[in-house]
Amino acid sequence: MSARADRLAFYIHIPYCVKRCGYCDFNTYTPAELQIQSSLETISHDYIDLVLKEIERAAAQSVATFVPSIFFGGGTPTLMAPADLARVIESIQSHFTLTDDCEITIEANPDTVNPEMLLQLLQAGFNRISLGMQSAVPHVLEVLDRTHNPANVEKAVLAARAAGFNEVSVDLIYGTPGESMQDWERSIDAALALPITHISAYALIVEEGTKLASRVKRSEIIIPDDDETADKYILADNRFRDAGMDWYELSNWSKPGSECKHNLYYWCGENWWGAGPGAHSHMDGRRWWNVKHPGAYKEKILSIGDPTQDSENLSDVEREEERLLLNIRLPGGIAKSSLTAQQLEKLSPFLEGGHVSKENWGGGKVTLTQTGRLLADRIVRDALA
Amino acid sequence: MPAIELSKAPQPAFTDPAQIRNFCIIAHIDHGKSTLADRMLQITEVVESRNMRAQYLDRMDIERERGITIKSQAVRLPWRSAYDKQEYILNMIDTPGHVDFTYEVSRSLAACEGAVLLVDCAQGIEAQTLANLYLAMENNLTIIPVLNKIDLPAAQPEKFAEELAKLIGCQPEDCLRVSGKTGDGVEVLLNEIVKQIPAPVGDPNAPARALIFDSVYDSYRGVVTYVRVVDGHLSTRDQIQMMSTGVRHEMLEVGVISPEPVPSKGLGVGEVGYLITGVKDVRQSRVGDTVTNYHRPATKQLAGYKDPRPMVYSGLFPLEGSDYPILREALDKLQLNDAALVYEPESSAALGFGFRCGFLGLLHMEIVRERLEREAGLSLISTAPSVVYLVTDGDGKELVVTNPSEFPEGKIMEVKEPIVRATILAPSEFIGTIMELCQQRRGTLLGMDYLSEDRVEIRYTLPLAEIVFDFFDQLKSRTRGYASLDYEPIGEEAGDLVKVDILLQSEKVDAFSAIVHREKAYAYGMSMTVKLRELIPRQQFEVPIQAAIGGKIIARETIRAIRKDVLAKCYGGDISRKRKLLEKQKEGKKRMKMVGRVEVPQEAFIAALSTGEESSDDKDKKK
Repeated sequence: MSARADRLAFYIHIPYCVKRCGYCDFNTYTPAELQIQSSLETISHDYIDLVLKEIERAAAQSVATFVPSIFFGGGTPTLMAPADLARVIESIQSHFTLTDDCEITIEANPDTVNPEMLLQLLQAGFNRISLGMQSAVPHVLEVLDRTHNPANVEKAVLAARAAGFNEVSVDLIYGTPGESMQDWERSIDAALALPITHISAYALIVEEGTKLASRVKRSEIIIPDDDETADKYILADNRFRDAGMDWYELSNWSKPGSECKHNLYYWCGENWWGAGPGAHSHMDGRRWWNVKHPGAYKEKILSIGDPTQDSENLSDVEREEERLLLNIRLPGGIAKSSLTAQQLEKLSPFLEGGHVSKENWGGGKVTLTQTGRLLADRIVRDALA
Repeated sequence: MPAIELSKAPQPAFTDPAQIRNFCIIAHIDHGKSTLADRMLQITEVVESRNMRAQYLDRMDIERERGITIKSQAVRLPWRSAYDKQEYILNMIDTPGHVDFTYEVSRSLAACEGAVLLVDCAQGIEAQTLANLYLAMENNLTIIPVLNKIDLPAAQPEKFAEELAKLIGCQPEDCLRVSGKTGDGVEVLLNEIVKQIPAPVGDPNAPARALIFDSVYDSYRGVVTYVRVVDGHLSTRDQIQMMSTGVRHEMLEVGVISPEPVPSKGLGVGEVGYLITGVKDVRQSRVGDTVTNYHRPATKQLAGYKDPRPMVYSGLFPLEGSDYPILREALDKLQLNDAALVYEPESSAALGFGFRCGFLGLLHMEIVRERLEREAGLSLISTAPSVVYLVTDGDGKELVVTNPSEFPEGKIMEVKEPIVRATILAPSEFIGTIMELCQQRRGTLLGMDYLSEDRVEIRYTLPLAEIVFDFFDQLKSRTRGYASLDYEPIGEEAGDLVKVDILLQSEKVDAFSAIVHREKAYAYGMSMTVKLRELIPRQQFEVPIQAAIGGKIIARETIRAIRKDVLAKCYGGDISRKRKLLEKQKEGKKRMKMVGRVEVPQEAFIAALSTGEESSDDKDKKK
């Protein structure tokens, strides 16, 4: 995979949350955890100052001219003052040229958005918003330890549309302990009833070290079995497609033209710069990542200007492995002409088993069918790697 | 002093047989044989007090790095009897202590005129000791009953003296009482050995005949052969000949062990010592064979020679296929020192390349496996042990089957299996439990005797196949460790035996095939299919697991196809993590074996091949 050198996407990490959700292992911190007494406004201002320093560093290191996407993720980006978020966009703009169709996304908690903020975000340049819906079912949200009121999701989506956001996405999680098939169907219906253009739906992963993991360890809750989770994927995929949203990555669906460019940048091996604590970056086969803790990040930025914790230079073999494991997740799949005879031979059981599309195989491509997507990791392991 | 300085003691090759006493010590493990031997070495002063250490003879081979690695096969002890003040040479000959080595024990006994029956007087006699005692009695050895550990608070010398007297047919007061620990009674025992055990008798002028009772490979000297001269004499630089094979050897060295090897001019009638001929393989110098003089050969070899015959077979496979050459080399090396070990290459569709190995019994199998793993650093999978079946097929042709894969397909006229006579000694409270176990294992009760008020000897005939499974572990666990077991083969009997195959997706997994009694076929099939269903991970297609006798399916389980094997999330920061996970999983895949299209983890083979209840050994090994 070779990246387009004249382009650099930005990921801006906002490592703060009011409260940590029980299933979440992202690199985020509550003010209590950080023992910060100062107001959110002060945090926002000071933190964004650090991010701007890293953007300057990116500008100094990158040869790219264009920025096709900026993605603010977290944490909870909407905890930052819109004016501070605007400073980030302005800074990028001062060093690079934003493409005409530049996608600028913000992740938001449905509880923390309001019409006024939405307008400020639009004015700052944002044109896409991704809301953490997770589920429409209260007892499922409770197991996930989410604080938002399901009714707020609809409000937030409508408000975003009203404010002028044309690209609105919701995130869903399925396979939460205690979630029945009916529960999941309710969440799907609720999401599809909204005026959205994009859905991400992820099977819950119980991550080590989370509150959820310790509840599972204590057998307070039981993880649903994989077969049921597979059924939920199939249900969702069918329903989304029927609603006019096709898959463009195995956990992501959108209306035509509303695919998330930023994510496609990751999956297509393009160059991106991740700013903020714990953020990962990729440029031309080199990956690096920043120190995780906001305190350590601040210290490094202020002392040496380089917050990198560690890096790796990918070998050709590793780059090829990444190409395969990422591209197989996309509807475009992998060109057969790029595979060896042995790899193709090893794919044949999956072709027979209906996991690899026969139709596209004839057309020279290895792509996964609906049941094949559910075995993507195995197919990479068994046949491609 | 009753001890005699070595240089003044009767010298090898020049010792009058009338001055010689050859004896062995029959004892159960832990009954104090090594400690008693220590005291004998000390009292006879063949080891100086300042050089003495505990279990002197047992430790010699470990501590020694050069020269001959001596086991305690035969130690020459000079001794002046307190009764007649005459000088004597006592040769203490070691006997292996386990049921698998009955033949080796019998040859050691054949080299002696007497045996010290040593019993811990807090424990009483055990089954293997009893078996060896009977063997000694069959060899017409003089038995000296000795109660050891009389210093222990829990000692019950009266009770066990009664038990021994009843077994041997003597008076309880004839039992000597010693403490190997304190040395109490050991001098008396030495004097009694001189008094009670007859001197060896042989013709000094006849052509030489010497019995080989042990043969050990030493990496520096080649094979060291332990012999007892029956007739004539052996001298250095004689040309000697092995009578069973006719092979001629040059005798490079003759000597005695005292307890270091001491070369001598030769060995005369009744004497016990070692020879070195430079051969490199113990199979050229076999236990039980007769050594004679090549230029003046004896006409008749000593009675009782047998080729070692494996009783139990098992396939040994390296966990890493690439270790196969190391396994071959390790077996070759082991065989230099183990005439009973046989093996030939075997290839299994499921386990790859390995060796089909024949052993004298279960312990022998365990010893070999452990040595291969320890000395060659190998990790091995062994298939379920199998006995030797005689199968008559539809055409009346008889086949020897040591591997279920050799079991003929199609019509079978008859299957014969080896039968053993088992002796179990246990506290009488366990009679019911033991009988129940033996009944379950197709046993036939032969008889039962009380050794004392609360100890019984129970005799059964049992198919050997039932014993090699997990009989001993079961016996031990059901009797809280109190029962002891000994068995000897007594022949073959026809049984209603069938071969059960295990099929994965209709492909036979050779490693799991077993020959079992028809009544147990269903239980075996069920347990294997259920076990495998749990052990084999789901594949991307459904995998039926079947147990079959010939074409008839007797049990079936299904591993459902896996439907989800993907991590949903894949953000920028997940990519490195995902690739590293993939690389790790690829490593894991190397430890998978393919059965047809089914991937089976090696752990599943190991777990499925281990018997239902793990022995504590197995658990330790897994740590």
